Amino acid sequence: MAVLNDRPPAAPARRDERAARTLATRFLGYATLVFFGLVFLYPFVIQIGNSLKTESDAAANPLSPFPDPLTLDSFERIFAGTNFPLWLGNSLLVTVLVTIGRVFFDSLAGYALARLRFRGRNGLFAAVVAVLAVPGVVLLIPKFLVLNQLGIYNSYAGLVVPLLADAAGVFIMKQFFESIPVSVEEAARIDGASIFRTFWSVVLPMAKPALITLTILSFQGSWNEFPHSLVSVQNPDLFTLPRGLADLVSGSLGSGTQYPLKLGAALLATIPVAIIFMVFQRYFVRDANDGSDKG
Amino acid sequence: MATETQTAVATATGDGPRRRRGGIRSNENVAGWLFVAPVIVILGLFLLLPILMAFWVSLTDWNGQGSPFTGDVPFVGAHNYTQLFTEDGLARRDFMTSIRNNFYYVAIVVPAQTALALGLALVVNNRMLKGKSFFRSAFYFPSVTSSVAISVVFLFLFANSGAVNALLGFFGIDGPEWFADSRGVLHLLFGVVGVDSPPAALADGGPLGLSWWDWLAGPSVAMISIITLVIWTTSGTFMLMFLAGLQNVPVTLDEASTLDGASRWQRLRHVTLPLLRPTTFLVLTLGLIGSWQVFDQVYVMSQGAPAKTTLTPAYLSYRTAFRDFDYGSGAAISFVLFLIIIVLTLIQRRVLAERDTDRPRRGWWRRRVPERS
Repeated sequence: MAVLNDRPPAAPARRDERAARTLATRFLGYATLVFFGLVFLYPFVIQIGNSLKTESDAAANPLSPFPDPLTLDSFERIFAGTNFPLWLGNSLLVTVLVTIGRVFFDSLAGYALARLRFRGRNGLFAAVVAVLAVPGVVLLIPKFLVLNQLGIYNSYAGLVVPLLADAAGVFIMKQFFESIPVSVEEAARIDGASIFRTFWSVVLPMAKPALITLTILSFQGSWNEFPHSLVSVQNPDLFTLPRGLADLVSGSLGSGTQYPLKLGAALLATIPVAIIFMVFQRYFVRDANDGSDKG
Repeated sequence: MATETQTAVATATGDGPRRRRGGIRSNENVAGWLFVAPVIVILGLFLLLPILMAFWVSLTDWNGQGSPFTGDVPFVGAHNYTQLFTEDGLARRDFMTSIRNNFYYVAIVVPAQTALALGLALVVNNRMLKGKSFFRSAFYFPSVTSSVAISVVFLFLFANSGAVNALLGFFGIDGPEWFADSRGVLHLLFGVVGVDSPPAALADGGPLGLSWWDWLAGPSVAMISIITLVIWTTSGTFMLMFLAGLQNVPVTLDEASTLDGASRWQRLRHVTLPLLRPTTFLVLTLGLIGSWQVFDQVYVMSQGAPAKTTLTPAYLSYRTAFRDFDYGSGAAISFVLFLIIIVLTLIQRRVLAERDTDRPRRGWWRRRVPERS
C-alpha cells in the first residue's frame, strides 16, 4: 500500500475512491479480528464468570460474565469435597519427572544423532522419524499390554516412565545441535574433556533456547496428558488432573449438574498452562511449526 | 578400534564437515550408543514392543485375565477382523457406525479448520492492522490448553440452558438439547423437504451392515457440538503454520501484482494461494491424521451417546477393550484405524509429491509477474 502512495497522483476521484476502499478494508479487518477474538476468548470469560456463580444463576444467565451473587462456594467445594488436591499433587509429580526426563534424555539422543559418529546412526534417526508418525490413539491398548506385562500397571512408574522420552523432542534437539558450530566443542575435546563432559558443560549451555522450548512443550504436554493416564492407572489415588476432571464430569458427584464446580476445576487445571503460555508465547510457535498432532 | 572408527566415519553421511581421524573421536561409537540408549529403550518398550504385542492380542480372544501370552488364551486368527467387516452382527454394526460418524466428522472438521486457519492467518498477516500479536495469541491459546478442560467448558456452553442456546434464543431460535439429540443433520435436511422416513429403497440393504439411510444420516446434532469444539481448538495451530507460509511470500510479488491492477481477490487466488500450496497440504495432512484420532473430546463429552452417533473408532476400540473386556476386538479396531491413517497419509504424500513437480510452473509465475510490471 505504501508503494501505491509513492506513485504519481492519479485522478483525484480515483484517489478518493481508493482511500475509501482502504478504510473499508481496514475496518473490515478489525471487525473480523474482534469478532474472532470474541469467539476464541469469550468461552474462557464465560468459564471464569460461571465458576464464580451459584448453580441457579449459572443455569439462568449462562452468557453473562458477571456473577450475581459472586460466590467462591464452588472453589471451596473443589478443595474440600473432591479429590482435587490429590490430582493436583499427582499432576505436579508426573509433570516434573516427565519434563526433567524428556529434557535430559532427548538432548542426549539429539546430541548423539547430530554430532557423534557411530554405527547405525542414520538408521536410528530414520526410526525416530518413523516413530513420530505413529498415531498416538492406536497405542492405547498396546501400552496397557506392555505396562501390564512389565508389572507397572497402576503405579507411578506406569504413569511416568513411558512418557520420559519422545521422538518430537529428540528431533527438535537434533536440529538445534546441528546449528551450533563444531569448533566450540572441538576445542574442549582437544583440551582433553570427555564426550559427556563436552556435551554437559560446553554444548548444553549453548542450547538454552532449544532447552527452554523443550521444557515448555514437555510441561504443557504432560500436564494435559489424558489418554495415557487413562490406560496406565485405574486406582483413583493415582489420577492426574485431566483424569480426575474427566471423572468429575462423568458424574461421580451425585445430584445436579454442578456446572460452577466443574468449570472451576477445569479453570484451575488450565491456569498453569495459561501462565506459561503468556510468559513464553514465542516458544510455543516452534511446536506448531514442527507439526503437533493435537486431535 | 581405530579402523572401526574409520569405517564408521566413512559410512556416516552427516551434514557436518567430514573431519580427519584423531584419537579424540575413537570412542564415539560407544558414547553414541550410550547417549541414545535411554530413548531407544523407552521408545522401544512403549512404542514398538506394544505394537507387536497388540497385534498378537488382536488374533486372540483375551479377556484381560492373566497374561495374553500363555497357551490358555484362545487363538482365533483373523476372526476379530472378519467380525468387523464380513460377519453380520453387533460388532460390525458398531464399527461401521463409528466409521460413518468419524467420516462425517472429518468431512466437516478438516475443510472448516483449514479454511478458518487460512482466513485468520490472512487477516493477522495484514500489514495495515495493529494489535495483531494479541489476536494471534488469542487464536492460538485454545490449542495449548487441556483438551479435557476445554471439553468441560463446551459441555457447559452446549448445555440445554447453556450459552449457545441462550445466544440462539436472542435470534428467536429454540436450540436443541445438543447432547441428547441423535438426529443426523442430513436426515433433518431431508425432513425439511418432506422426507421424514426412509424411502423403501434406502431403508433396508446397504453396504457393510448399515442401511443406505443410516449411512446418509450425516453428523448428529450431538456430533456438531464436538465438531465445533475441535474446529475452535485446532484452527489456532494451523493458523500459525499458514502464517509461517505467508512469511515466505515475497512482499515485492504482492506489490508487483497490485501495480498490475490485480484486485485483492485476484492476488489471493493467483499469487498467495499457489505459493501457500505446500503449507495447505501439510495442514490438510495433519488435519486428516488428527481428526481420525478424535478421542478425548468424545470420552469427556458424550462417551459415544446419544444412540452411538458420537462413537468413533478410537473411542470404540477403547470401550471394547477396557469396558467390555474384549481386548482382541479392541486391538483389531486399533489396527484398522492405524491402517486408515497410514493409507491417508500415503495418499497425501503422493499428492504432495505431485504438487512439488508443479514447482517449475510456480517459478514461471514468480518470474512473469515482475516482467510484466
